[in-house]
Amino acid sequence: MKSLYENVIVAGFGGQGVLFIGRLLAYAAMKEGRNVTWIPSYGPEMRGGTANCTVVISNEVIGSPVITSPNALIVMNNPSLDTFEPRLKTGGLLIMNSSLITREAKRNDVRVIKVPANKTASELGNDRAANMVMLGAYIAHKKVVTKENILEALKKYLGEKKMALFETNKAALEKGIEIGSL
Amino acid sequence: MGEKVLITGNEAIGEAAIKAGCRFFFGYPITPQNKIPEYLSYRLPQVGGCFIQAESEIAAIYMVFGAAGAGARVMTSSSSPGISLKQEGISYIAGAELPCVIVNVMRGGPGLGGILPSQADYFQATKGGGHGGYHMLVLAPSTVQESVDLMTDAFDLADKYRNPVMVLADGYIGQMMEPVEFKERPQKVLPTKNWAIAGAKNRPRNLIRSLYLDPEELEQHNLKLHRKYLEMAKNEVRVETYLTEDAEIIIAAYGTVARIAKTAIKMLRERGIKAGLVRPITVYPFPYETFAKISEKVDNILVVEMSLGQMIEDVKLGVCGKAKVHFYGRTGGMVPTYDEIVTQIEKIVKEEVA
Repeated sequence: MKSLYENVIVAGFGGQGVLFIGRLLAYAAMKEGRNVTWIPSYGPEMRGGTANCTVVISNEVIGSPVITSPNALIVMNNPSLDTFEPRLKTGGLLIMNSSLITREAKRNDVRVIKVPANKTASELGNDRAANMVMLGAYIAHKKVVTKENILEALKKYLGEKKMALFETNKAALEKGIEIGSL
Repeated sequence: MGEKVLITGNEAIGEAAIKAGCRFFFGYPITPQNKIPEYLSYRLPQVGGCFIQAESEIAAIYMVFGAAGAGARVMTSSSSPGISLKQEGISYIAGAELPCVIVNVMRGGPGLGGILPSQADYFQATKGGGHGGYHMLVLAPSTVQESVDLMTDAFDLADKYRNPVMVLADGYIGQMMEPVEFKERPQKVLPTKNWAIAGAKNRPRNLIRSLYLDPEELEQHNLKLHRKYLEMAKNEVRVETYLTEDAEIIIAAYGTVARIAKTAIKMLRERGIKAGLVRPITVYPFPYETFAKISEKVDNILVVEMSLGQMIEDVKLGVCGKAKVHFYGRTGGMVPTYDEIVTQIEKIVKEEVA
């Protein structure tokens, strides 16, 4: 197995599904035989406040599940960009949701990918799948897990009850991969 | 190898208890461990067990006393302020020599404190949080997998020693998800619970008590408990050493902090500083011997904790003046980072050279 060490912070408003796509990533990584940790922010946040999770993926035993300067950042809104942009590692990957983020990135020592996630999801008929567009853009760049394993994770976490949402989420993921591959 | 599942530490602790044959849970909710009772509230009935959300932590620990006295495998879980409320009952359980498992998913204190991770209950857990001079056997997991493995061991150890066993975790271990394997393990041969109060037909009646009004009798009882603690210290000490063979400086840490220290050690080694880790897995009984030995090889030990210094006292007892013992800690729910640990070690190394 190719050597691999990756960590990413996913951040946004509560309800944007940032913890959810973190879980999909963690599950897919597990399916690929990697070690993985997923840790949510669980502070006393307000409803509608910010939420984030940190995912670490590695072939080796994972030390710290808490990451000071992540290799990658997926940010869904302005406050998350403000909080985490300064912490991104030099040369890291910043994927920002340009549908909701109203400013440019300040860092010029990182790679910035703008993804119009809400607009894209909306065009696909599922406003709430913006998170999947972001995740698609991320795996297009980082290739830490396959699309197939993300879809398997999606099936598992949607469960029977929400399976009707599978197709639009899948379409959003694929569109995200397309945007990320440009 | 069995199938791995992605699961939070809290849920994993719940499932591990079920797999270990625990059929009774009594508790009262508190963040950040609520997923344990939530999980067990639906899992226990599925396996014919019993889940009760008690009216208070104090009620819950005495329900544990009752079930343990009847010979059942029983547990409770809580977080720091809730564990404080249970202390009287834990002392009674220790005094009455009843086996049970108590999980503490530590949060910041003192008082109600906050809900974020902490290790500030080390003194309470290892030195007898309640009155009267007793000890629990205390296991401190560092990963979700280890939480699972130690939960199984916890029930066996409780039965083996007729003593309460605490699993001492922190908020991050409870909230974190990791892939976990629930390993099938051979059933341990354990002493039969012929002391239990479960019907006295055709045998003399059993009595479970912690009241001994005759001081001579109570002294004998306490000496018996003491011998048990010595047995634990002889047989049950567990410790992980990581990259200690060639280490010039040692970090001592347990739980979540120990894995953060591992990342720091990797960074330090890339910078040419040979650091290693000693991680107590049992914090009672404490691995004094490991620290005694390691302090003959290194001059400096840095203790890192999510408190302002508790385990450091045991490290110093082990080191016994043979090495300098330094400390770095964060408190109140703040978690030490690997960068901070690296800085601390570099500072110590620089001072040594100067």
